[in-house]
Amino acid sequence: MSENGAAVLDVKDLRTVFETGQGAIHAVNSVSFDLKPGELLGVVGESGSGKSVTMMSLIGLLGTTAAIVEGAHVNFDGMDLLKVSEDDLRAVRGAGIGFVFQDPMTSLNPVFTVGFQLMEPLRNHMGMSKAAARSRAVELLELVGIADAEKRLSDYPHQFSGGMRQRVMIAMALSCDPKVLIADEPTTALDVTIQAQILELMKELRRKLGMAIVWITHDLGVIAGIADRVMVMYGGQIVELAPVIQLFENPQHPYTRALLQTVPSVRGSRTERLRVIEGQPPILFSPPQKCSYSARCNHAFDRCLSADPKRIRIADGHDVACFWDPETGGPRDE
Amino acid sequence: MLNYTIRRLLLAIPTLIAISLIIFLLLDLAPSDPTANLPLTIPPEVREKIRQSLGLGDPIYIRYLLWCKQFFINEPLNILEQWLGWGEGDRLRVLSWQTRSPVVDLIVERTPQTLWVVGMSYVVGVAIALPIGIISAYRQYSWFDQIGTFVSMVGFSVPTFFTGVLVIVIFSVWLGWFPSIYDTTHEVTDWESFLFQVRQMIMPVAVLALFNAAQISRFMRASMLDNLNQDYVRTARAKGLRERTVVLIHVLRNSLIPVVTVIALGVPQIFGGAIITEQVFKVNGLGQLLIISIQGGDLPTVQTLTFIFAVLIIVFNLVADVLYGILDPRIRYD
Repeated sequence: MSENGAAVLDVKDLRTVFETGQGAIHAVNSVSFDLKPGELLGVVGESGSGKSVTMMSLIGLLGTTAAIVEGAHVNFDGMDLLKVSEDDLRAVRGAGIGFVFQDPMTSLNPVFTVGFQLMEPLRNHMGMSKAAARSRAVELLELVGIADAEKRLSDYPHQFSGGMRQRVMIAMALSCDPKVLIADEPTTALDVTIQAQILELMKELRRKLGMAIVWITHDLGVIAGIADRVMVMYGGQIVELAPVIQLFENPQHPYTRALLQTVPSVRGSRTERLRVIEGQPPILFSPPQKCSYSARCNHAFDRCLSADPKRIRIADGHDVACFWDPETGGPRDE
Repeated sequence: MLNYTIRRLLLAIPTLIAISLIIFLLLDLAPSDPTANLPLTIPPEVREKIRQSLGLGDPIYIRYLLWCKQFFINEPLNILEQWLGWGEGDRLRVLSWQTRSPVVDLIVERTPQTLWVVGMSYVVGVAIALPIGIISAYRQYSWFDQIGTFVSMVGFSVPTFFTGVLVIVIFSVWLGWFPSIYDTTHEVTDWESFLFQVRQMIMPVAVLALFNAAQISRFMRASMLDNLNQDYVRTARAKGLRERTVVLIHVLRNSLIPVVTVIALGVPQIFGGAIITEQVFKVNGLGQLLIISIQGGDLPTVQTLTFIFAVLIIVFNLVADVLYGILDPRIRYD
C-alpha cells in the first residue's frame, strides 16, 4: 500500500489483540493503509468491525485496557509510532494527530471550563503562555463557528448544546494544527440538522487548514458526500479500499455490495422491506483462518472456508479481499 | 448559593427544636436514676428529696422549657455580656447533676483532647485513604489493590475495641513502646514533652485512623473506577496530556465530588463517635463524658451533649451540600 512515498500516515500489517477473561480477541487483523496529505479517508463497517480500535491502536489510546498492538510499522512524520517511546507518542497525540470522538455529551470533562480544556493541549504541546493560549482558544472557537467565543471560554460543557459541544471537540482536536485528524463517528450522536452543520463545518475546515482526515462512520450517505477514498472494514480487516466513486459504482466485495443495498432509496416506489445483512459480525478468538464474512456471504464457496483472502489489486487504487469475482459470478483468477 | 445556605440554616431551626424535644422525651422515658450512683447508706427519703431538688418533681414540659431557656437564652446571653462587659452574665446555666458545674464548661474542657486524638485520627485517616484509593483504582486488581482491599476489609469489620486492646497488648505490654493510658494532664512545653505527647497519641490515632481510612479509601477507589472509564478520560489522553495530569487532574477532580461529601458528613463523628476508643485508651474527651453522664443518670449533660452532636450533624450536612455545589459546576441550588 505504501507505493506513495508522500503519505502522511502509513500503516502496515497492524494487529490488535485484547486479552479478556474468555480468551484473546483479535480485534484488528493485519490492517494496512496509507493516508495522503489533505485526503479524506472514509472508514465504514458495522459496529464491532474494528474501525475505532484500529485508529485508537495507532496512537496508543487503548493504553490502560489489556490490548496488545503489534505490526510492521505505523509511519507518521518520520517516526514509527509502534516503536517510539511513550513520551514521543504522547507528543504526537493531540499535536500531530487530533481525535474527535462520537459522543460530545460525555467526551468533555464536566467539571472544567471549556476554555481550560481547550488551552490544555496548547500549553502542553506548544508551550504557550496562558495569555497566548487564551487568545488562540478564542480564535479556535470562532473558527468552529461558536459565537461570543471570548465569553464562552469560561462556560462549562453542560452549558453547551450537543452540536456546540462537538464544535468544541473539533476545535480542541485542531488546536495544535495536526497533520491528521481522526474523526470517530463525529456526527452519529447528533440529530440530522446538526449533523449537516458539522459536515459543512468539516468541509470548510478542511479547505482552510488542509489536514488529512480519517472519518469513521457507518453512514454511507455521509461518506458519499465527503470522502476521497473509502475503506470498508469487516472482522478487523480491510475488505475493500477504493476511491469513493469507484466504490459506489463498482463495489467488488459481497459485504460492500450488501452494505450499499441496505441503504434505502428515497426515490421510486417503496420496497416491501428494508434490506438487511443477515447474521452477526464474528468475534475472532484466533487470527482469521478463513474469510470472516463467509458465514454471511451468499457467494461463499469451498475456498472461502479454507483460506483467508488477501487483498488483491483490481484497478488503480482499488483493492479487495475476496475470492469471488462479481463480473463472472465465479472464483477470481489470480 | 448564599440564598440557599441561608434558607437551609433557617430550616434547621425548627428541625433542631424538634430534635431537642425528641431527645428530651427519650431521656425521660429511660429508667435512669440520678441518685443511683450515690452511696447505699443514703435513705430513700433523702434520695427522694435530692430528686425533687434536681427538679424531677416538675411536670415534663416545665423541665423541657427550663432546659430550653437555660441553653438557648441564658448561655448565649451570658457569653455575650461577658464579652462585651455589659452585665454580670450570671444567669442560671445548664448544670450537670453529677458535678454541679455548668455543662458547657465541661464540654469546653474536654473538647481539646477529643480534637487532638479523634480529630487527628480523622485527618490521618483521610490523608492515607485518598492516595490508597487512587492507586488501588488506577492499578485495579494489582497486588497493591488486593492488599489495600484486604486491609480495608479488616479495618472496617474489626471493631476498634478489639484493635485498640490488641495494640495495647502488643505495643504497651509486650514491647513497652507506648504508654497504654493517655495522660490528659500532660502539657507540651519542650521537645521532650512534645515527643511524649506524640508517643501517647500514636496508638489511639492509629486505631481510629485505620477504621476511618478503610471506609474512605473504599469510597475513593469506587469513585475513581467510575470515572476512569469515562469518555472524557479518553479525550484527555487523546489530547496528549501526561498520564499524571489525566489521572490527578481530570479523573481525580471528578472522583472527589462524592468523596468530599462523605468526608464532610463524617466530621460530626469526630465529636461523638469515638466513645469506645476514648474508653479503651482512657482519653477523657467528649465521648467519655457522654458515657459517664449516661451511667450517672446526668440528664442535663446527656441532653446538651446529644443536642450539640445533632447541631454538628445538621451543620456538616449543609457543608457537604455546599461543597458539592462548589465542586460540581452542574449543581446549582438557586
